[in-house]
Amino acid sequence: MSETAANEIVKVGMAELSIATIPQVLRTSGLGSCVGIVLYMAGAKTAGMAHVMLPDSSMAREKAINRAKYADTAIEDLIELLKGSGMKEKQLKAKIAGGAEMFKFSSNSNTMKVGPRNVEAVKHELKSRGIEVTAEDTGGSSGRTIEFYIGENGLKIRTVNQGEAVI
Amino acid sequence: MDIIEEISDHHLDVLKEIGNIGAGNAATSLSQLLAQQIEMTVPSVRPIKFQEIPEAAGGAEQIVAATFLRILGDAPGSMFFIVPEEDAAPLVASMTGMEHLTVDSELGSSALQELGNILSGSYLSALADFTRLNLQPSPPSLAVDMAGAVVEEGLFELSLASDHALIIDTVIYEHGTETKSRGQFFLLPDPDSFSTIFTSLGVGFHE
Repeated sequence: MSETAANEIVKVGMAELSIATIPQVLRTSGLGSCVGIVLYMAGAKTAGMAHVMLPDSSMAREKAINRAKYADTAIEDLIELLKGSGMKEKQLKAKIAGGAEMFKFSSNSNTMKVGPRNVEAVKHELKSRGIEVTAEDTGGSSGRTIEFYIGENGLKIRTVNQGEAVI
Repeated sequence: MDIIEEISDHHLDVLKEIGNIGAGNAATSLSQLLAQQIEMTVPSVRPIKFQEIPEAAGGAEQIVAATFLRILGDAPGSMFFIVPEEDAAPLVASMTGMEHLTVDSELGSSALQELGNILSGSYLSALADFTRLNLQPSPPSLAVDMAGAVVEEGLFELSLASDHALIIDTVIYEHGTETKSRGQFFLLPDPDSFSTIFTSLGVGFHE
């Protein structure tokens, strides 16, 4: 892995998405029930990351929706951005992380299942577009901070209890 | 319409009063529990973007012990009691009288869970009395993890309708040690609850 200190970090906040180019590193911190999605292409110098909060834009109760907040619209917009930098949708691959259940509840309320629902929605959207998920670290009950190193295409995942791993 | 655009300064004052009453009652409970004088800051009530919430809770990657519950009943919402990890151990130690109790031990964790239950319950019951609304807590749950990660689940209802949260934020501390926080309460009403809360307190609110 490259040394983070030498690279410029592009921070992606909750309900945001961004693309970046080597030597930049894409990073999102403190993923809980949200899902971090990385779209990249082998050999490309550019990649994109989204931090989605909710499964589907059809759930929205707001008029002007923030498209980066929902799995379906965030993936669509990220693909458009990457196409704008000359990448082909069919050659894109994905790595995903997050979708934890941070709190254990006895109730089966939908609100508390948002993590797994987010993961399912992200996978469904990627599959429908023919984008392969090459690696994932999803579910469980730990928060995650993720960094994507473009070119090496490694997704570094840090949790409080399990330290660091690269997928 | 985004709820945030509908809120006036007068509404913010009402929400501050809610923070005062809820956290005040919780501070009293904690005073009794620790046999120490616990005080609180003036609640800060502000609309903030989701991206800024992890910062408000101490920083996205700051490790915190968070007690989370859903408020059920007339005015649903989410509530958090958040203690930075390094302050959690001294807190359970003074609560149990066991000096070397750590948060990741079974006893430490259940003491912290119990503390979260008592304080959030005491916050919520003061709120229910004040508003005369039926407000029931879901069973509270404890997580010790990154602040950014623990707050996300509490934003579910809100995030369907807005990109902002109106957060009622109150810090409690030991008397004479203003800089040393004993914990932080976050109250995040669901979008539809604002109108119920304001109406119950006789403040006009039109969506």
